[in-house]
This record gives sequence, structure tokens and C-alpha cells, in this order.
Amino acid sequence: MSSRARDGSDGRVVRVASGQGFWGDWLEAPRRQVEGGPIDYLMLDYLAEVTMSILQKQKERDPAMGYARDFIGAVESVLAAVAERGVRIVANAGGVNPRSCAAAVRAMAQKHGVSDRVRIGVVTGDDLLPRLDALITGGHGLANMETGEPLSAVRDRVLSANAYIGSTPIVEALARGANIVITGRSTDTALTMAPLRHEFGWGPTDWNRLAAGIVAGHIIECGAQCSGGNCLVDWQTIPDLANVGYPIVEGRADGTFAIVKHPNTGGRISVASVSEQLVYEMGDPRSYITPDVIADFTSIHLEQAGPDRVRVFGITGTPPTDKLKVSIAYRAGFKAVGTLVYAWPDALAKAQLADRVLRERLDHLGLRFEHILSEFVGASATHGRLAGEPHDPPEVQFRIGVRGDDRAAVERFTREIAPLVLNGPPSVTGFAGGRPKVEEIVAYWPALIDKSQVQTEVEVLA
Amino acid sequence: MKVRLVDIAHARSGDKGDTANVGVIALRPAWYPLLQRHLTLDRVREHFRGEIEGPVERYELPNLNAINFLLHGALDGGGTLSLKTDAQGKVFSTAMLRLVLDIPADEARKLELPTGRQPRTYSRSPKE
Repeated sequence: MSSRARDGSDGRVVRVASGQGFWGDWLEAPRRQVEGGPIDYLMLDYLAEVTMSILQKQKERDPAMGYARDFIGAVESVLAAVAERGVRIVANAGGVNPRSCAAAVRAMAQKHGVSDRVRIGVVTGDDLLPRLDALITGGHGLANMETGEPLSAVRDRVLSANAYIGSTPIVEALARGANIVITGRSTDTALTMAPLRHEFGWGPTDWNRLAAGIVAGHIIECGAQCSGGNCLVDWQTIPDLANVGYPIVEGRADGTFAIVKHPNTGGRISVASVSEQLVYEMGDPRSYITPDVIADFTSIHLEQAGPDRVRVFGITGTPPTDKLKVSIAYRAGFKAVGTLVYAWPDALAKAQLADRVLRERLDHLGLRFEHILSEFVGASATHGRLAGEPHDPPEVQFRIGVRGDDRAAVERFTREIAPLVLNGPPSVTGFAGGRPKVEEIVAYWPALIDKSQVQTEVEVLA
Repeated sequence: MKVRLVDIAHARSGDKGDTANVGVIALRPAWYPLLQRHLTLDRVREHFRGEIEGPVERYELPNLNAINFLLHGALDGGGTLSLKTDAQGKVFSTAMLRLVLDIPADEARKLELPTGRQPRTYSRSPKE
């Protein structure tokens, strides 16, 4: 039976709940969202800019991998609600291998004897890696949106390339009866907008409502970051963060919606908390570009409609461009970061001396790096000179990082931190973590491609 | 009189590549005109001088009583390239709130600006 809520005066309400704001978010959240009260859809966002490349590396090691494995546990934790209550899941957990992700979900559902009540929709077509050379020779330079450089400059180091796809294939999967929809690199916002578009039958040129769905998606795509998490306003008085309620969109056919959370949960949903999330990662507010629509964030109206309830209305949108954004990841050298902690008295001066000594030694060794960065945590690491002079802190952490193409040089750098404990400035501690680890850098290359070059496919596994 | 931005506004910041965005929001709608008047492109550029390498962009959102700033070249390359603690620009928001505004005393009274805390000079803008 559907858990769909009804409201006599204003028509049907569809509830889309956010259960994951990034890969690594609270494992408890999906289960709490289905158990805390009625919802229709559970939206799980797993993909950040560089997540695709991590998944691509995993797929290279094992062709059955390459998706967000946390997702299988998340679905398992809410499986009864999907099978018995009709809650549907939309997630971009497929990463670079949506089909394997679907197979893993199916196997898990079989184990629990409910595979007949789970219909998995798989959205593919975003992966451009196999076609990359053909695209480049076909005149699609995939120039870096920030620097203008053509992709050919780093072509031999590319790990993954995925177009950000919109709501249409998700809507199709839902229309074909899928109750778990798994995508690859779909936009975060489409995961919320697609269920609303499907439920209310919004057309592909219904710009204002599509834009409203995108704004709803932007508000809840970072999980609790709109419901009291990371909220600066009155942070001391935000109740019960241990039990924080993740946000839910209560959508209506006319494109208006409310942001709410389940009763008896912590956190706070206010005009201030929602406003903070709206400006998060914002560019030009009049032009929030998605594959479906361009939303105008200066049209958004917020109103406190009750405790932990913010009504959102007035949103307008305009037709999208004929391009899709492409997320490309490429190998970009190596880095390592080391830290030591210096204690009072003169903690900062000791840390600064350690920095000079270390840099001199790196020089003597003839090590060359593309970049060296020193920070003094507790004095100036996050606010730089804006922090002013520190007032005799009890300790300062010296944090130094290097970056470069020469792995051996970065490796050698990691051996120069610990010796400072015995042969550098005094009152030093905090090196228990051991030698810093050398990390390969996988960098992000944003580009654009003609929409006509990307065809999505939808499969619904019976 | 000196009014700390942190007492009349809140903020959140995030990243897009090597760019940090800072959205500054007035704590009361009546205080938004102060942000519009004082948080000029020049003022913010000066505030972050030496801390960022690129230009600054400014966008008003009167509907949210907010102004969004884009600080380019703020994140040491950004994303995974960055060696900074704040590689994703998460706390540029509070660095922005260190600004101190000069408000005429009668206007501050009329707008009921908070005066409870001692203003501290965080900003080193030559205009102060």
C-alpha cells in the first residue's frame, strides 16, 4: 500500500526524502528516513566530482566493481519498506558500473527472498570513456571549462569521462515500474526532480516546475546540511544533532514544496538553514544550469510555515543549453602531507623554524616539487593573514604538503618529517601516525559536450 | 561605529574547482541593505588580498537577503590538487565574516544592530 500523504485542500503531496548527501555520509540516515514517518521516495546521492575516478580505478582492478558499495547496505537497511510499503529509491550509486550495482542489489534482494518485489531500473549512457578518442577526432575537443586547454593535453592520463545526465531517463525508469532506479553520473538534483516530474506529469518544457524540482534537489542533495548540520546561525541552540533529522521535500503538482523532517528528530529547518544550503556551491544565481532546465535562484521565495517547515515557492526556469557538462578525471602526479605538533612556549615560532629547516633539507637533497605548501594549524591555516597574530597558543600544528610528478621525490619528502622530532626545534609531538602516505592525485577536468552526442538507455530488470 | 559582519550576517561557502563561493546572508531582512552597501566588489577583493590569486565576482539575491561571491584562485588548485587544509573552501565563509563595517551611530541604533560584543578589528583593510 502506498504511504502517499494526501492533503484535502491543495491536492496530492509527494514526499522525497534525502538519505545520503555524499559517499561516506551517515549510514543510519536511509533507515531513519523510512522508519521515521511516511515517505514516497528515498533519494541517495553518492557522487562527488572525483568519486567517478576512484570508482574507475576499482573497476580496473575488478570489472565487477566501480559502483558505491555502501548502496547495497543502504538498500538492505530499507528493503522491507521497498518491498512492503512501496517506497521507491533513486540513487546515482551506479558510478561507472550501474549494471554491476544492479546485479549486486538483485543478489541481495534474492538472499532476502523479496526479488519478485524489487524492480530495478538501470540508467546508462553517461560513460564517454570508450568513445573518447572518437569524440576528440570528431571535433569535440572537451576543452577545460576553467582553463580552455584541450583535453588532448592530458588524454593519455584520463581515467574516467562521464556526462552529467538529467531527469528524463530516471522518469522513464519510474514510468516503467522500477522501484529502485540506479544511475551513473546523473546530476545530484535530477535524483529529486525526476520523482516529482514523474508523479505530477510535468512536461519536458514545463520550465518553472522543472526548475522548482531542481531547487528542491539542491536543497536536500547535501543531506542534513539544510536541516541543522553545518549551520552557522544559532548553532549553539540547534537541538539534538546526535539525532539529526535528514530533510524531506513535500512536493506539490504546482511546483511549490516544503522542506520538512520527521517528528522527534533533531536539527532545525528554518529559513536561515535552508538559505545557507541554497547558497552552497552557488555560481551565478540567475543561471543554475542543469541538463533539464536553467533555474533562477533569485526567484526562490522562502517562508517559515511552521516549526521545522519551510515553504518554497515562486521559482522560475528557462530552457537549458544544448550542451551537457562532462566530468573527466585524469592522473595529475603525486602528493603527500606531513604534520608535527609544537607546544608552548613559542609554539608558532618553533613550528616556523621547523618549516625553514625542513625546506632547507629538501633543497640540499635537490628535491624539486611543482608546489610546496606550509600551514600552521591553530594560527593561520584556514584564515591566513585575516586571522591576525595568534595569542600565545598552547600548541600549533605544522602541516606541510608537496606535490609533483616525480613519485620518488614525494616519497623522499615523507622520510624527512619524523627526523625533525629529534634533530629539529624542541617541544614537538603528535607524530604517532607515522610517515605520511604518498597519494596519486586524480584531478578533475570539467568540459562541455553537445547533447546530441550522449544517448541514455534505460533497462528495467524484471 | 564599528559593526562586525559576523554579528549581522551568516554565511556558507563551498567550492567549484579552484573557486570558492561565499554566500553571505543578512540575519534580518532590515539589515540586508547594509550588506548591499558595504560588501562591494572592491571591499571584498581588498579583504581577501593575498589570500586568493584570481578575480572576485559578486551576485545579489535580494529574495534571500544574500550576496554570493565567487573567489577565483582561492583553493591552491582546488579539489584533489590542493594541499590546503581547507581544500574545498568550507570555511572561507567565516573568513568573510571577519569584515568590520563602519556604520553611522544613528543608523545602527535605528536598525537595532547588535552592540553587545566588543568589536574586534579583524579586517586590515586600509579603509578602516
